[in-house]
Amino acid sequence: MASMVQAIRLALHYGEENLGVREIFGEDVGPPLGGVFTATQGLRTAWNSPLDERGIVGAAMGLAWAGFRPVAEIQFVDYIFNVIDLLKLAANATWTSGGRYKTPMVVMTPTGSGIHGSIYHSHSFDSIATKLHGMKVVCPSNPLDAYGLMISAIKDDNPVLFLKPKALLRVKGEDLIPGEPADEKELRAMIDAPIGDRTQWKPRWPDVKEYAVPIGQAKISKAGNDATVVTHGRLAPVALDVAKALAAAGTGDVEVVDMRSLVPYDWELIKASIKKTGRVLFLNEETEITNFGEHLFRRTVDELFYDLKVRPRLLCGKATPGVGLSPVLEYATVPQKADVERALRELIDEPA
Amino acid sequence: MAVSGGPFGTMDKALLLKIHTLMVRARILEERCIKMGRTGEGYFWIGGPGEEAFNVSLGLQVKKGQGPRYDYLNFHYRSSATLLAMGATTIDGIRQMRTVATDPYTKGRNFVNHYCVPEWNVVPVTSTIETQYSTAIGTAIANARTPGDAVTIVTGGDGGTAEGDFHSCLVWANRPVLPLPILIIVVNNHYAISVPEQTQHGEKKISDWGKVFGMAAKTIDGNDVAESYGAIKEALAYCREERKPYLLEAVCSRLYGHSSASGANRVNEPDCIALFEEKLAAQGVAKKEDLEKVWSQALAEVDDAHQQVKKEPYPAPESIWEGVYAEPLPPSYPTKGGS
Repeated sequence: MASMVQAIRLALHYGEENLGVREIFGEDVGPPLGGVFTATQGLRTAWNSPLDERGIVGAAMGLAWAGFRPVAEIQFVDYIFNVIDLLKLAANATWTSGGRYKTPMVVMTPTGSGIHGSIYHSHSFDSIATKLHGMKVVCPSNPLDAYGLMISAIKDDNPVLFLKPKALLRVKGEDLIPGEPADEKELRAMIDAPIGDRTQWKPRWPDVKEYAVPIGQAKISKAGNDATVVTHGRLAPVALDVAKALAAAGTGDVEVVDMRSLVPYDWELIKASIKKTGRVLFLNEETEITNFGEHLFRRTVDELFYDLKVRPRLLCGKATPGVGLSPVLEYATVPQKADVERALRELIDEPA
Repeated sequence: MAVSGGPFGTMDKALLLKIHTLMVRARILEERCIKMGRTGEGYFWIGGPGEEAFNVSLGLQVKKGQGPRYDYLNFHYRSSATLLAMGATTIDGIRQMRTVATDPYTKGRNFVNHYCVPEWNVVPVTSTIETQYSTAIGTAIANARTPGDAVTIVTGGDGGTAEGDFHSCLVWANRPVLPLPILIIVVNNHYAISVPEQTQHGEKKISDWGKVFGMAAKTIDGNDVAESYGAIKEALAYCREERKPYLLEAVCSRLYGHSSASGANRVNEPDCIALFEEKLAAQGVAKKEDLEKVWSQALAEVDDAHQQVKKEPYPAPESIWEGVYAEPLPPSYPTKGGS
């Protein structure tokens, strides 16, 4: 099975061959590296830019207005903060122009913790991203969703921020991408650049097919009746593991909602799940204090107060200025599997 | 008919009179908008009186159209004369100043002189200083990738050149792998709001930044019509033919200060229209009374437009939800503003 980074590469290949993507660029995005996580390796239209995030996002905006459907990369989300005003302009251009300009562009960027990345390779950006109204924000948790969300992002007429969970980029999926060879060794031989000299190397692309995960559509990755966990990105597989373990132990039947899109978000699916279970945990690794989960929490209280059996919960990152390098510090700062287990047990065990 | 031998070079009489009329219409429009701000008929004013000589000369030389086969314009908010020269109407400026629903640029959402004309490749003008120099990189790449002679034009002020976006634009425009056909214009009025340029900038000339890259660059008197028109012509021809960038610094007056925030009062700086009229009269291109007639006609035009706009509706409150996305909002998007 393809890893998430291979899935993104396949989607970008599909985009440049079939969906009008004409420029894929950013720092180290072109040859020889093809992206620091290799998301753009071997792509026909991928090129290296100056080390300049403002230029990268500005170029994407101008290209989008010219109809070129660009895909730009910010190497790590930790380095996106100096382009927030440009992202805001990308997000508001349709609205401020009275609907006359569209800004079809994708900015993809690795996000979150989990690679021992210390202070500037562990940031989450969910909460700030979801404040850029007019921008769509997606974050997959597995390769097939990454493929389908990237195809939707490319086709979308709005700017889309595509958050790539760093910790999951090398993780292989459980489902084949349409057109992907069944043998993962064969896929590697076809699309992964060799170590060392790769000047003569060219990828052999599998004939991947269109597969779109609609933006704004969440997924129930495990159905359940006792409680709901609403999550995305790195913590979605963690929540799923915990939910499966609880089910196997007969100690709880948790429904896992993988948001996939943060804005617009699938409130109808989330609402239906919470109505069914009456118990909800919002789970993400952004810091507390104006956390995106707090918005969902508030909406739950407003609209579902009388459907709740117990108080809703939020499990998220600690409100520290950064994530420390030492694993002790990282694990104490962002939610880990044991934290998710504890939170879900408390949620299920509290008497109604 | 060429007016040869004088300060106008090969510019003919019809062109000179056309430029004069556009300059006057732009000035009258801006002065009306200033007045509307003072009387409470509009709010904040910011614009370009004092830049008409340069801006009209620019607008008349744009290759106007939609898509990458035409010039892309990444303007700042002092470009009313450029827009009028391209064919915009004075009434649309008044509409934006009065924030009515008929404002074709932003539907009553943004300040005056914040244009947006997709049919002419005028990308949305924004209040953020210098970001247009970053977006210009993208439109210029689109021009560079497209066969033909279309270029990107970006304008801004001297103050904004301290921002990183200006330097991003210079770096990207001069990448050896893909030089960009982009006319990088800096209108130098010697102030960043209230702060004099000489207190913050050690550069002898802003166009000296071009020396770092070995790129074509020039500083000109932007208050002079013939010098502006000729310099823009030369710079655009270079960008169109060579497919390379050109840095053009135009020194202009700022006749009503930065904006209404500082009162928008007339200051004692050279007035490009008065200078132009003196030369037109001296060269026998136009009589004084003919020039005066242009002013009265422009005033009548703006008066009529203003009366018309007063009858037009303001935007509906529910219109705030139009254009959040390119498509209608999803049904579950939160629209209550809290609980």
